[in-house]
Amino acid sequence: MFISRDPFNVIIGGVGGQGNVLASQILGEMLVSQGYVITIGETYGASQRGGAVMSHLRISTKDQFSPLIPEGQCDLLIALEPVEGLRILDHYGSPRVMTLVNTRPIHPMDVISGNAEYPEVSKVIAKIKELSRRVWTLNATEVALEMGDPIFSNIVMLGALCAIEVLPINQQGFELVIKDLLPSRTMDENMKAFNRGREVVQEFY
Amino acid sequence: MSSISQNAPGKTVLLMGNEAIARGALEAGVKVCAAYPGNPSSEIIGTLAKVADELGLHVEWSVNEKVALEVATAASFAGLRGLCAMKQNGLNVASDFLLNLNLSGCRGGLVLVVADDPAGVSSSNEEDSRIFAKLGDLPLLEPANFQEAKEMTKSAFEISEQLGLPVLIRSVTRVSHARGNVCLDELPQSRPKPRFENSLRFHALPAVLNHKLLHEKLNRAKQMFEESPFNFYRGPEKPELMVATSGSGWMYSLEAMINLNVQERVGVLKLGTTWPLPESYVLEHLKKADRILFIEEVDPFLENNVKEIYAQNCLFLGLKAFFGKASKHIPDVGELNPEIVTHAIQNLIQVPYEPRPADYALRAHEAAAELIPARALSFCPGCPHRATYWAVKIALALDGRDGFVLGDIGCYSLGMGPSGFGQMRTLHAMGSGTGLACGFGQLNRFGLEQPVIAVCGDSTFYHAAMPALANAYYNGADFLLLLLDNSATAMTGFQPHPGTGSTATGKEAPVIDLKAICEVFGAHVEVVDPFDVAATVETLLRLLQEEKGVKVLILKRECALVSAKHQKRLYQVEVEQEHCLGETCGCNRFCTRIFKCPGLMWDKAAGKARIDEAICTGCGVCTRICPASAIRKEKA
Repeated sequence: MFISRDPFNVIIGGVGGQGNVLASQILGEMLVSQGYVITIGETYGASQRGGAVMSHLRISTKDQFSPLIPEGQCDLLIALEPVEGLRILDHYGSPRVMTLVNTRPIHPMDVISGNAEYPEVSKVIAKIKELSRRVWTLNATEVALEMGDPIFSNIVMLGALCAIEVLPINQQGFELVIKDLLPSRTMDENMKAFNRGREVVQEFY
Repeated sequence: MSSISQNAPGKTVLLMGNEAIARGALEAGVKVCAAYPGNPSSEIIGTLAKVADELGLHVEWSVNEKVALEVATAASFAGLRGLCAMKQNGLNVASDFLLNLNLSGCRGGLVLVVADDPAGVSSSNEEDSRIFAKLGDLPLLEPANFQEAKEMTKSAFEISEQLGLPVLIRSVTRVSHARGNVCLDELPQSRPKPRFENSLRFHALPAVLNHKLLHEKLNRAKQMFEESPFNFYRGPEKPELMVATSGSGWMYSLEAMINLNVQERVGVLKLGTTWPLPESYVLEHLKKADRILFIEEVDPFLENNVKEIYAQNCLFLGLKAFFGKASKHIPDVGELNPEIVTHAIQNLIQVPYEPRPADYALRAHEAAAELIPARALSFCPGCPHRATYWAVKIALALDGRDGFVLGDIGCYSLGMGPSGFGQMRTLHAMGSGTGLACGFGQLNRFGLEQPVIAVCGDSTFYHAAMPALANAYYNGADFLLLLLDNSATAMTGFQPHPGTGSTATGKEAPVIDLKAICEVFGAHVEVVDPFDVAATVETLLRLLQEEKGVKVLILKRECALVSAKHQKRLYQVEVEQEHCLGETCGCNRFCTRIFKCPGLMWDKAAGKARIDEAICTGCGVCTRICPASAIRKEKA
């Protein structure tokens, strides 16, 4: 499998604390080991927790692109949270974008305090579908909670990403990368989370 | 094995800009590395700390940036190579030493990396540290991507030794905190032995003579930079427009050229050695074009320095038009991105550019406006600071004299926002909360009747608040200092400090006890666990009302993210649905509307509060605030 455009631009977005930085690093390492030139730009720091966060991945066969994707140039969006997916499409989406979305909301402080409403998730997914060429959904947080810890949601999402076959990645590549990157005692659970993500993801029509 | 310590020449790995800088230092044979953590620079020393034992280095988290630079400089004086890293604010702290070190010069290669934070993504300001190179007559390099970050760092040690001067490297967030492909070179195996040569002198004095010698060294740097591989031009021989850029601007400029498809019309002059500028090289390229656009992050440093060179040579260069921050083609505040650069070039050469169909953009904006709630920053679930600010809010209300909180730098800076109930009223530099309290604490003689509270984190206290506390006791100031001791430098990635009992490389270290220091400094000190809300409020109120002079309350509770790494959650928390009266309770949604921990949710359908089990970390603080006692905790 090859990338369908050069550069192929991926955004992994969600809420601080959901593990988008680690997800982008694992994905980046998987692609570098196959010879791609990767740039990853990450937004973190003050937005480490609770704020909207994004990682931008540029995948190319030839050039080192900038760590920020320009307006309207996202090819694949991996949304770890539904309204964050829509927030990213607002600036980076275009008719060519494909979106993989975790349907489990995380309420912002303004929603918790009653100053704002969190929209119906079905409505958000429908809008994402209107703005995307293809959409896949899963409740990755639920899958991770079933496994006993919401921390695995990002790995569940990477499994789903593997299943939708948009990027040239596979399970063996994932296994090799996490061997280097994550503590060995978490290996089995991470593989399980990855495989659960592969199983439960579905295309949304 | 960490890719940073692999001796694998030719291997390509994915490295963060900061890791690439660390790798460059290793390839140059660095022996001593020191820093105080600060984003976006923290991973440089953090990465080196992980391989220090394996590669035989001394790596330390110093107590502040000035000490860090002095530690690295000592290595240089003894003939070893030393590296120091800091964020832009840190250079202000280290600058007193730096602006004397330039005069004394150094011996072994000495490199100071400053990672700037355009837009202040994780900072209180967005200052441009390059001005210090000009101020101190010091050579300055600016890496434009990850590979260059490694090569430049390596080369900076050579330049430093050739000139006998420290070399500054200025990185920015989008280089330091981004990742990209980096091809590794060999790691040297040499083990030089340090020795202080007693025949040598490292004195700033005599200042005028050394200033003159410094200018001579800077002139040599200028000659060296004429041939530097870090400066190059890409584009047509006679471009309609020439972009002159440095640092992250290089990647954005390339991207803009591709977006607009103008590679045949626009050239890019990429400069990596930005102080002193290689004058002949710059002049030779200025001849190529009559219109020049400057792309650089934060201040017009390159822009103004190139204009100075032009002004000296304008008679033979002829008329040129310069565009950039002065002409308002590029914003003079905030961070750059590919779009800003694309639009600036488009504007100057009049080419069409539509990043996506206009109707799509309109539909996307409409959907966003209709459906997306704002997402404000907040303390993490289970963060002790939320409990602390809650207690402060209650205690100040009970006290009734309109007391106020002076802020400081750390995670707890979020105390100025809704997550800290808007309690924090000032925010400046490391330690400034306590320093301001020293002043406010004297104003009662003029009739100030409000209680004065300063907050300060544990790491910040060792860094900069200790002198202020000594000053407070010595001069008889009257205030309450809250030391928010979460046992980590949490905001920058949980680095250890003198109060944690471990070093940068994970070795056991003596603990410098916060309570003991404050007592030696003459303060009345008490300690409380902020998760015990009732006791915290009671203690705060008593200290505000009954004690005079310098009082310190240590709020001791480990950072929730650190705790999560080594211990199970404290409690299983639940909102008992039969006891939560919901909309009918007189509390008016007290837990979610006022306390608003992200672990709580308002279930619209049921009209009651509940716990979000994906977020709650089980600190149990919210169980103390429900008037109906419907939030229950059980030992997990």
